[in-house]
Amino acid sequence: MSELIYDKNGRLLFTKEMKEEYTILAPAMLPIHFGLLANSLRLHGYKVELLNTTHRKIVDEGLQNVHNDTCYPALLVIGQMIDALKSGKYDTHKTALMITQTGGGCRASNYIHLLRKALKKSGFDYVPVISVNLSGMERNPGFALTIPLIKKMIYSLAYGDIIMNLANQCRPYEVVPGSTDALIQHWTDILNEEYKQSKNVTEKRMEYNFGRIAKDFSELPVKKIPKVKVGVVGEIYIKYSPLGNNNLEKFLAGEGAEVVVPGIMDFMIFKADNRLVDIDLYGGSKIKYKVVTILKNFFLKVQRALIAALEPYPQFEKPSTFEELKQLVPDFLGYGVKMGEGWLLTGEMLELIHSGVNNIVCAQPFGCLPNHIVGKGMIRKIKDTYPDSNIVAIDYDPGATAINQENRIKLMLANARLAMERKVNSGKETEHTTETKDKLAGISVL
Amino acid sequence: MEELLVGIDVGSTTVKVAVMDKQENVLFKSYDRHLSKVREVALEKLYAAQNILKGHPVRVAVTGSAGLGLAKASGLPFVQEVFATVGAVEKYIPQTDVVVELGGEDAKIIFFTGGMEERMNGSCAGGTGAFIDQMATLLGVSVDELDEMSARSEKTYSIASRCGVFAKSDIQPLLNQGANKEDIAASIFQAVVDQTVAGLAQGRKIEGNVAFLGGPLHFIKGLRKAFVHTLKLTGEQAIFPEDGAFFVVFGAALYAKNSNTMEAEQLFAALENASTGKQFTGSVPALFENQEEYNDFVEQHRSKNIKMVYPENYSGDAYLGIDAGSTTTKLVLITPEGDILYQYYRSNKGNPVDLIHSELKKIYTLCGDRITIRGSAVTGYGEELIQHAFGVDEGLVETVAHFRAAKHFVPDVDFILDIGGQDIKCFKIRGGAVDSIMLNEACSSGCGSFIETFAKALGYSIEEFAKLGLFAKNPVDLGSRCTVFMNSSVKQAQKEGAQVGDISAGLSMSVVKNALYKVIRAASGEQLGHHLVVQGGTFLNNAVLRSFEREIGFSVTRPDIAGIMGAYGAALAAKDLGLERSTLISAQALESFVHAAQAVTCGLCTNHCNLTVNTFGAGKKFISGNRCDKPLGRSGAQELPNLYKFKYEYLRSLQGGPGVLGKIGIPMGLNMYENMPFWFAFLTELGFEVVQSPPSSRQLYAKGQYTIPSDTVCYPAKLLHGQVEALIDEGVDRIFYPCMTYNFNEKLGDNHYNCPVVAYYPELIEANVKRLNEVTFYGPYFGLHRPRDFEKKAFDFFAPKFDLPREKIIQATSKAYAVYELYRQKIQEETQKAIQYAREHGKRIICLAGRPYHIDPEINHGIDRLISSLGLVVITEDGISHLVGKQKVNVLNQWTYHSRLYNAARYVTTQPDMELVQLVSFGCGIDAITADETRDILEKNGKLYTMLKIDEINNLGAVKIRLRSLIAACGSRDKDLAVSAADRGEL
Repeated sequence: MSELIYDKNGRLLFTKEMKEEYTILAPAMLPIHFGLLANSLRLHGYKVELLNTTHRKIVDEGLQNVHNDTCYPALLVIGQMIDALKSGKYDTHKTALMITQTGGGCRASNYIHLLRKALKKSGFDYVPVISVNLSGMERNPGFALTIPLIKKMIYSLAYGDIIMNLANQCRPYEVVPGSTDALIQHWTDILNEEYKQSKNVTEKRMEYNFGRIAKDFSELPVKKIPKVKVGVVGEIYIKYSPLGNNNLEKFLAGEGAEVVVPGIMDFMIFKADNRLVDIDLYGGSKIKYKVVTILKNFFLKVQRALIAALEPYPQFEKPSTFEELKQLVPDFLGYGVKMGEGWLLTGEMLELIHSGVNNIVCAQPFGCLPNHIVGKGMIRKIKDTYPDSNIVAIDYDPGATAINQENRIKLMLANARLAMERKVNSGKETEHTTETKDKLAGISVL
Repeated sequence: MEELLVGIDVGSTTVKVAVMDKQENVLFKSYDRHLSKVREVALEKLYAAQNILKGHPVRVAVTGSAGLGLAKASGLPFVQEVFATVGAVEKYIPQTDVVVELGGEDAKIIFFTGGMEERMNGSCAGGTGAFIDQMATLLGVSVDELDEMSARSEKTYSIASRCGVFAKSDIQPLLNQGANKEDIAASIFQAVVDQTVAGLAQGRKIEGNVAFLGGPLHFIKGLRKAFVHTLKLTGEQAIFPEDGAFFVVFGAALYAKNSNTMEAEQLFAALENASTGKQFTGSVPALFENQEEYNDFVEQHRSKNIKMVYPENYSGDAYLGIDAGSTTTKLVLITPEGDILYQYYRSNKGNPVDLIHSELKKIYTLCGDRITIRGSAVTGYGEELIQHAFGVDEGLVETVAHFRAAKHFVPDVDFILDIGGQDIKCFKIRGGAVDSIMLNEACSSGCGSFIETFAKALGYSIEEFAKLGLFAKNPVDLGSRCTVFMNSSVKQAQKEGAQVGDISAGLSMSVVKNALYKVIRAASGEQLGHHLVVQGGTFLNNAVLRSFEREIGFSVTRPDIAGIMGAYGAALAAKDLGLERSTLISAQALESFVHAAQAVTCGLCTNHCNLTVNTFGAGKKFISGNRCDKPLGRSGAQELPNLYKFKYEYLRSLQGGPGVLGKIGIPMGLNMYENMPFWFAFLTELGFEVVQSPPSSRQLYAKGQYTIPSDTVCYPAKLLHGQVEALIDEGVDRIFYPCMTYNFNEKLGDNHYNCPVVAYYPELIEANVKRLNEVTFYGPYFGLHRPRDFEKKAFDFFAPKFDLPREKIIQATSKAYAVYELYRQKIQEETQKAIQYAREHGKRIICLAGRPYHIDPEINHGIDRLISSLGLVVITEDGISHLVGKQKVNVLNQWTYHSRLYNAARYVTTQPDMELVQLVSFGCGIDAITADETRDILEKNGKLYTMLKIDEINNLGAVKIRLRSLIAACGSRDKDLAVSAADRGEL
């Protein structure tokens, strides 16, 4: 058995022996993306397992083990981990945990510490925690984010983004129910197979696959009927994780909306970009500037490949590039706003509006500090600038009930339908059936 | 047959039904409370309209916050209620610019002109009908009576408007201080108005023709008046439609035109068959499987009973204990053996003085000349008032009284949990003294009374309600969260078909979970202690006791007098005094006792405290509501050193003289309380006349309230809106308020960030305060942590705008850094002086640790002066944080202000005469992290941890209890130390 070794600050390290012996549990946020991330890690010898649990006990564990005023994502992720350790499914003496650490001025940088406190409180202080970050915090002898690994992880996120994007554009209109999800599964299987060998996980292969993926989705039989488009932005975990947002996407789809979820690549690029902005604003090392620029350019290149793959298919709405999105922001706030999702969140709302998606759910944990500024704080000005925008801010926490959240989202949807009706009416008057008319008028039959 | 339109509006508390003909004439309308029997009431009302509906084809729409569930269950079409309202308003009152609609638990504003926009309250139910109901219950009157009372008010108090629980903790002390109920009634309505204006308008002004809709605004005149007055509406602008309570249901009926047609019989059938049998998904095991299990449980708890003695059969000495609690008044008369001669427990309906007056008379009659009261003591919120009124011998802090009583039952008690009507108190006992005290923060208080309010809302007495919970088969899992949120959880449970008993049991469990996980934050029962005493009226509810024992996994002691432990403890303490003669008011004096209370506003300083002057005849007088000693006329005593005062006065004195570049305003809020010396020097040196925003106040806050976009942000941030508005009013041409991601690097942590709110609030201000177009606003990004770079960036920013040479910038930069450094030094020097003073005069020192902006008196509500008045010297965290090296903490130590906090805590642990009290602003997410860590540092080193959560609420009752408990605990700890030192022969 691996020896427990601590660093000089008393932090339990993840050792090389542990890498051989231990199972690493990691939270899941987006199924496609994280599945491939886990594959990438496995290719580098880490026995990663994703936690996909969603039962109530997770929240209870979170409430018991984390300060209740801490943000909801921390409570959920930590609750999920403690719940897993207690489940009996894992040999806790051969289990490690993995969590990301952003290192910014937001509370999220502290998740890992709150997790350690919770482990101690529950008697699992022998379970090592691995921080995944690009800032060089908390090094471990048994874990290294090497360049090849980082590259694979970025490809994974990009694969996830393109599949999620296309699937969201197809699913609401699919002729054969379930065909979109079947196609996702088809591609997940192919990629899982490819991810068994490092030589298949390359930029070249990714670009080639992007083309095939786009082609496959373009061939999915769809019937375009008018549907309300709803964008989802917010704090990253709440925005993406069904556990965090009470199955928001599913709810919106059930209400007959097409859901538009901005991809995660922008967030990665944003995190690189704001290191450059920091140096621009306050001064700093030129070498760091160069290194980060290389990283950012690599991210941008991957994003360009993704967008290029959609180019041949005019039926698909293409996401903007990061730089295009960034251009929309300065009228609203400065690039210096970097904590949490920072200006990117405002930017995503603006990008959605510019691409014709006026209806937006801005999702955040109750009391989320950066979102006071970049989410709720900007809605007024966005509304003034774009009177047609229809944004609802929803708070999530363990006490908030789905019924209150849904009621508010339904109001947004009712307005969305009305706006669509007015638009349709001002265009062609005659074409739609009574059924769609009902829907448009804000009545939904449940 | 002609087609009819049917609207059904299911709100959180009421069901409204409307039937219209095709020409939209209303044929039928009804408005009823549904007491959670949504489907039944709706159906009943439709049956009442049966002869109108019968045989007609109908089009139906269901709406309302609780209508979604009914629509789902019955398969009837649903329309979102705000949407429905819009339709009705456009038809009936098209001149409307803004609609304000208050419902049972929802509040809405709809702006019609200038871009239609709808707002609903978020996850908070403050400022709604439910809130008003709750407040009426608190005052022991009906909503109608509350309305009538408000008409006779003379003044209003500021009551926190955000949520019912906050407001309660504001109102209760007012009641206890003897404030007029009429004034409180009016204040409650004003709070609702403030909540609506601040919480919902979010940056848009409510103006033009305003229509007021919904039940509360329809029925409550006082509320109407408050809205019209606050919004400054003329008679024509304020629209109160006759059918104001029915607009939503009319809207639903109008929208029903879009639904498919069905036969009236089909509608009845749909509602009849709406599935309600479904079990609530989140249910937990029953409290008791059967009667036998329950009997065993009762038997087991019977052991801890107190002997009752009939006063008629007793002669000898007796001791009186009074607990003037927040909602209830308790009295106990005991024999020297601790047997009870007389006990009394009653909701004080807001007037403890009169209650105690008549009780004392009764007690004296019972005593006759056989029984002599040798001592008396009082505890609780109303302690001081009662002590003054009746000449009670001793006043005790609540915690001490409870401990005294618990010890009587379990001599080696190590943990006491008291859940009362209003609050949860728990404390650990270590070494024979109250060691760490946890009180529920304002956001989760009111747990006991919540069950009661809920029982009443569902039409049961608390006893019946509790009983129903004992044997409920599928108790609902309502989680652990603030009570206001629980409202909607309950709503959801009802929707899913939970029975009243299931809800009752579920609420009991929630109360327990709240106490355990929110207040105490224990991971397991064993962490609490081994000898637990649980008490407070709420624990008399066996469902609560059972839930508690189950949750912690072992059994505890609940005395049969659980509800009067405070009074019992006070009586025991009175006995401990060993007095020969009690100073308690005599039977004769009691006959001529009179009490009158008068509300006045103190004019002795800018705080303008709302004082209540109580007079008890014969010139005896007691003033409450004060934050300092000024109104009491005790001026002779020397003022103790107080670093809060020092820092505040120093920063306030930075007022610039005329400058060649004109005036530049700086809002004095948030991090400016740290950086003002820097910017003041820098901008003055460049040639500006620096103008600070005026001192913060409630009025200043109100001025900017309407531009606050996020109602959950902290109060210091909210104040900034007023500070900026005030600067504009002062006529400055420019406002300077930079964004600062980073703070100064004091090398005490791993990084030196500001929190996201402090860092980027200028962005929010710029985007939301429209009046900024009257001035030039500068919100550039600057980093003061890199002086060289700052100089360059400052040059790039200021030089082109104001045509300044580089030398000027260089000069100003070095001046600014020097002045800031000087300020830091001054604080440190002054702190040393204060410490020295304390030591020379034998005073204890409190490090009141928070953020720099906590020195703003509007933010700290005078807590520093309160501490001073208790005889302690106040210092700040930044005056001592440099005295120890960088601390190793269990969290990422990356915010400058927090690093100071950790260091200060560490330093305090090395000083026997220093304690640390942490000030935390409500809504400060980051303090969720620092609070645990600071507690850790202090407790690991044998110090007590006290946290005070502050918000816009400015009542210091609870704060005072905590501080006094702290002082009492320190006192007994020191005594113990002295005793053990003596034992070791050191003295």
